[in-house]
Amino acid sequence: MVDPSNPRMKAEDIQRIRTAFHLDEPLYAQYIYWMKDLFTAELKSFKDNQPVLKKIWDRFLNSLPLFIVGILITWFLAFPVGIQAALRRGSVFDKVGTFLSYALISIPGFFLSYICIIFMVKTFNVPVIGMRTFGLENAGLMVRSMDRVWHWTLPAFMSAVAGVAILSRYVRSQMLEVINQDYIRTARAKGLSENTVIYRHGLRNALLPFITMFGLTIPGLIGGSVIFETIFAWPGMGRLGFEAILARDFPVILTLNFISAVLVLIGTFVSDILYAVVDPRIKF
Amino acid sequence: MDETEDTLNIEGLKPSVSLFEERWNIFKLNRLAYFSFIFLIFLFALALIGKVLTRWIVVFDPQLVRLPEKFLPPLTPFTSEILSAEYAPKFNIYFLGTDELGRDIFARMLEGTSISLTVGFVAVSISIFLGIFFGGIAGFYGRLKIGFITIDTMIMRFVDIMLCFPTFFLILTVVALLPPSIYNIMIVIGLTSWMGTARFVRAEFLALRELDYVAAARSQAIPEWRIIFIHMVPNAIAPVLVSATIGVATAILTESSLSFLGFGVQPPDATWGNILADGKQFIFDAPWITFIPGFSILAVVLAFNLCGEGLREAFNPRLKEGI
Repeated sequence: MVDPSNPRMKAEDIQRIRTAFHLDEPLYAQYIYWMKDLFTAELKSFKDNQPVLKKIWDRFLNSLPLFIVGILITWFLAFPVGIQAALRRGSVFDKVGTFLSYALISIPGFFLSYICIIFMVKTFNVPVIGMRTFGLENAGLMVRSMDRVWHWTLPAFMSAVAGVAILSRYVRSQMLEVINQDYIRTARAKGLSENTVIYRHGLRNALLPFITMFGLTIPGLIGGSVIFETIFAWPGMGRLGFEAILARDFPVILTLNFISAVLVLIGTFVSDILYAVVDPRIKF
Repeated sequence: MDETEDTLNIEGLKPSVSLFEERWNIFKLNRLAYFSFIFLIFLFALALIGKVLTRWIVVFDPQLVRLPEKFLPPLTPFTSEILSAEYAPKFNIYFLGTDELGRDIFARMLEGTSISLTVGFVAVSISIFLGIFFGGIAGFYGRLKIGFITIDTMIMRFVDIMLCFPTFFLILTVVALLPPSIYNIMIVIGLTSWMGTARFVRAEFLALRELDYVAAARSQAIPEWRIIFIHMVPNAIAPVLVSATIGVATAILTESSLSFLGFGVQPPDATWGNILADGKQFIFDAPWITFIPGFSILAVVLAFNLCGEGLREAFNPRLKEGI
C-alpha cells in the first residue's frame, strides 16, 4: 500500500500519507502523538491496522502461562540443586553441577533447542512445534490435554535452562555464605535437627538477595522469549516483536519496548517493597 | 620508578613474588580456568592462521562453490570425476564435510573463527571504553554540580535508563533498522553492554579517589585526565577485566543469536553463528553443518566463561574459600 516505488503512487498521495502519519513534524512532536495515541488506545499497527494494545494483549495471554511455568521450573530446580551443591561443597555432585551450569550458560539457546527437538521427536514421536496440533479440536479431552502438555514441555524447559544454571550458582554461593555464620553454629549447638538448621535458619537468611533476582525476571517476559518463541512457533509477545521488526511495524516495536521498560520498573518496585516486607531492618 | 626498585633491593624489602605473579599462581591453581586459558591462546593462533589462509594466501577457499559435492559428511575424500582438480580442497579431503552449496565447512569455520572473535573483542572494547569513561567521570567528578543535579546522579540515572531496556530486543530493533553490516553489529552490542562496567568502575573510583596516592598526584599538579586514566584506572581494572572476559562470551552468543534470526553477519562472510543458522534447515539430512559450529561456539564461550571465573577468583581469593 505505502510503497514510494509504486509507479501509480503520485506525489500528492505520498504527501497525504506523510501528513496522515505526522511524518513531516519534528521528532518530539511525533513522540507526543505516539504517546497520546498509546494512552487513548488509538494506536494502530501499520501492518494490519489493528489496535496495538489489543494485539499485544492477545499475545501476552499466550506468553504469560509459558513464562509462569518457566519461572516455576527455574525456581523449583535451582534451589534444591544450589542448596545440595553448597552442603556438599567439593563433592562430585558440586563439581559436575558447576561445570554443567557453565555449559548451560555457554550453549546457544537455539542450538540446545534444536538438539532437544530432534531428541524429543525421534524418541517420543510427539509434536513440539506450535501451541497445539492442528485438527485435534474434536478429539477427546484426554488426547487434547496431553497434546497441550507435549507442546508446553520443551519451550518451558528451554526458557528455564539458562535461569536454572545462573540461579543455582547464586543459591550455592549465598548458602555457603550463610552456612559459616555464627548463628548456624549456635543452632547446631542447641541440638536442632540438621533439616531445621539448614532450611529454617540457613535458607531463610540466604533468601534475601533473591527478591532482587525475582524482580529482574519479570522483564524476561518479552526480551528473553524472542528466540524460543520463534523456534517453537509460539504466538507470544517475543514473536510479535520479531514479526513487527521484520515488517517495520514501528507502533508495535515502540510499544513493546515501552512495555518492557515499564516491566523493569515494576519489577524493581515490587522487589523494593518485598524487601521492606521481608526484612524489618529496612524502612522507607 | 627504578629508584624505588633499587631502594627496595638494597633494603631487602623486594617482595619475592610480584603482584602479577601472585595472581597468576592463584589463577593456575584453578585447573579448568587454566586449561581454558591455554585453549583460548590456541584459538587466537587458529583465528590468525585462519585469517591468513582464507583471506590473504588462499589455501582454504571458504567461498568456492562445488554444487556436485554438496552435503558430504566429514572426512570425505575428494573423488569427484565431474569437477577438475582445481576444485579439490587442500589435502584432497573435506575435514568437516561440505554444506548445501558444496562449500568446504572447514574453510568456512576457519574464516568464521577470526570474524566471531573480532565481533566479540571489538564489541567488548567499545563497551569497556564507554564503561571506564562514564564510570570514571561519575566516580571522580561525582560531587560537581551542573545546574541542580550532580554529575554522578546524571550519569548513573542514564545508566539506569539504559538498563531498563531489554538488551536483546533493543539490539534486534536497532540492527533491523540499520543497514546490515558486521560493524553495526559490533557497535550496537558494544553500546548496549557498557552499563555494568560503568557501575563497577564508579564503585572502585569512589573508594580510590580518597586514597593518598591520588592526593599526591593532585599535589603535583598532574592534569586530572592523567590522574583518572593513567593513575586510577589501572587500580580499578580487576573487576573490569573479569567482566570483559565474560562479556566476550556474551557478545559471541549474541552475535550467533542475531545470525540465527537472520540479522547477523550477512553472507558471503562466514561466522559460526550464520553457518549454524544456515545448517538448521538441513539438520536431519546433514546434522554436521549444525553440530560443528554449535559445539565450537559452546566450547569457546565456555572457555571464556571459565577463564573469567578463574580471573575473578584470582583477583578476589576470598571467593574461593567460600567464607
